[in-house]
Amino acid sequence: MTLLDVDIGFHYRNGPGIECHWQDPIEGPRVTVFLGPSGSGKSTVLRCLAGLERPQRGYVRFGDRIWFDAARGVNVSPDRRNLGVLFQDYALFPHLTVERNVAFGAYGLAQSEVARRVTELIDVFQLQGLESRLPRQLSGGQQQRVALARAVFRRPMLLLLDEPLSALDRATGDEMREELGKLIRVLGIPTYIVSHNRADALALADRTVLLDEGRIIQRGTTQDVFDAPTSSAAARLVGVDTILLGRIASIDNGLARVTVGSQEVRVAPPAEVGHEVALCVRAEDVTIARHDAVDLSAVNHWRAVVRANTQEGPLVRVVLDCGFRLSALVTRDAWQRLELKSGDGAWAIVKATTIRALPRN
Amino acid sequence: MDWVAVGLTLKLAAITTLILAVVGLPLAYWLATTNRTWRPIVDAVVAVPLLLPPTVLGFYFLVATGPDTFVGRFYAFVFSGTIPFSFAGVLLASVLYNLPFAVRPFASGFAAVDRRLIEASRCLGASAPRTFATVVVPLSWPSVLTGLVLAFAHTVGEFGVVLMVGGNIPGVTRTIALAIYDDVQALDYAGANQASAVLLVFAVSVLAVTYSLQRRVVPV
Repeated sequence: MTLLDVDIGFHYRNGPGIECHWQDPIEGPRVTVFLGPSGSGKSTVLRCLAGLERPQRGYVRFGDRIWFDAARGVNVSPDRRNLGVLFQDYALFPHLTVERNVAFGAYGLAQSEVARRVTELIDVFQLQGLESRLPRQLSGGQQQRVALARAVFRRPMLLLLDEPLSALDRATGDEMREELGKLIRVLGIPTYIVSHNRADALALADRTVLLDEGRIIQRGTTQDVFDAPTSSAAARLVGVDTILLGRIASIDNGLARVTVGSQEVRVAPPAEVGHEVALCVRAEDVTIARHDAVDLSAVNHWRAVVRANTQEGPLVRVVLDCGFRLSALVTRDAWQRLELKSGDGAWAIVKATTIRALPRN
Repeated sequence: MDWVAVGLTLKLAAITTLILAVVGLPLAYWLATTNRTWRPIVDAVVAVPLLLPPTVLGFYFLVATGPDTFVGRFYAFVFSGTIPFSFAGVLLASVLYNLPFAVRPFASGFAAVDRRLIEASRCLGASAPRTFATVVVPLSWPSVLTGLVLAFAHTVGEFGVVLMVGGNIPGVTRTIALAIYDDVQALDYAGANQASAVLLVFAVSVLAVTYSLQRRVVPV
């Protein structure tokens, strides 16, 4: 086990600064997601780790190596840190074929070893038949796989991914997110991911670090961070809507039953039985009823207790306790009609198709 | 045609271009990628021959390299000769005078290479020189070629600096441009016409090739 010990201060000439301090044991295929809005400094933190940016203050230590130390004037260049970096737009070399992109880091390796690794990576990343294509002849998903294969060619000690899915449209992104999770497990390389999309943290991260205005505002296991944001800024980042973590108990008739605590949620299956999933329920997709209705198409009916009501402009946010905390957004008119008060019993009704389900690896 | 002058001109242009490749490429890369505060000064020094009359450069060059100067004495100690009125002197002045014609195209080509590709290369274990050779130059070769061609062509047509620094010594410093000047002075219009026509055709073809290279964009 290696300890990554970071304490850096980075200040733009006339902008806000970054002050980050954290320690992380680096081991196995553990994934840490740095989650933050754009401008929160998360990409800069990643670039400081990679050695592409030089902080004004502090140090970056990886095990017994010192990558950066402002006081001692140490700054190891990126090519000597043995990291794999995946850039946001992949940064594939446009003049080199897929094969030569993948083997770009072959410098200093024996020919036979290079050939062996290329074959292995082409296989793992399913790039067969694309070896002699140029990057511009590839789809976004293929480009990402080439970039990742290239990044791991030298067997890096740490993988850094900068917004790995933001260059893809949402459907491809969802597909690639799942694939990326599997690949990281297969590669077994500890990974840091920078993202503004909480789906990335929910689907990929063992641990989540929340970053806001250049400061780490919360870090911990993904479950803990999403369950219990410790500040309003953290709550804004993880989203005020409902996120449920559970496991697929069964799938029948094309519908998965996901166990969430003692409750059951039915959704379109994002993965096989037994898989961990994250379910995202938007507050405006929740219907509240005084009594359970039987002749509705919506399949999720949960008995609930009203816990809180907050006005949000023309809408009212109702927090329900269904065995898990569920946030609902209804019009003020509907809210008055139902006469919902704290402690009242009610039913929460959600269509399976409105719940976004993400497989967790 | 004064074939001795033609041979000398080609030799001068070839060696000048070679030196500019060795010195100019790293200098241009530094100019294209640095944002240090004194970069504009280096930029200005490199570009100043574009505005300066060749006589001014030649004058200061003579003043700086005369036999009594430090540079002149050092040169005499090593090579037992003088810089002014020698081929070496003309060559050195020619390199300085042609710096902008090589370095500016190089630098604009390098500046157009996506910084992320350079960063990606560094993160993949490639050192800065290796990145330069395997990523930067392959992606900006039309600009590199443009710079080399312009430097070569400009040296071939150089007049003022050669005259100031080299005098006009047949076989040593008398290039084709000086030979034409001599022909005209001697009222040998036929000889001047022949050599001038060759230089004109050469210059036009070089520019045509250069402009067609610049239109070629590396597809990304």
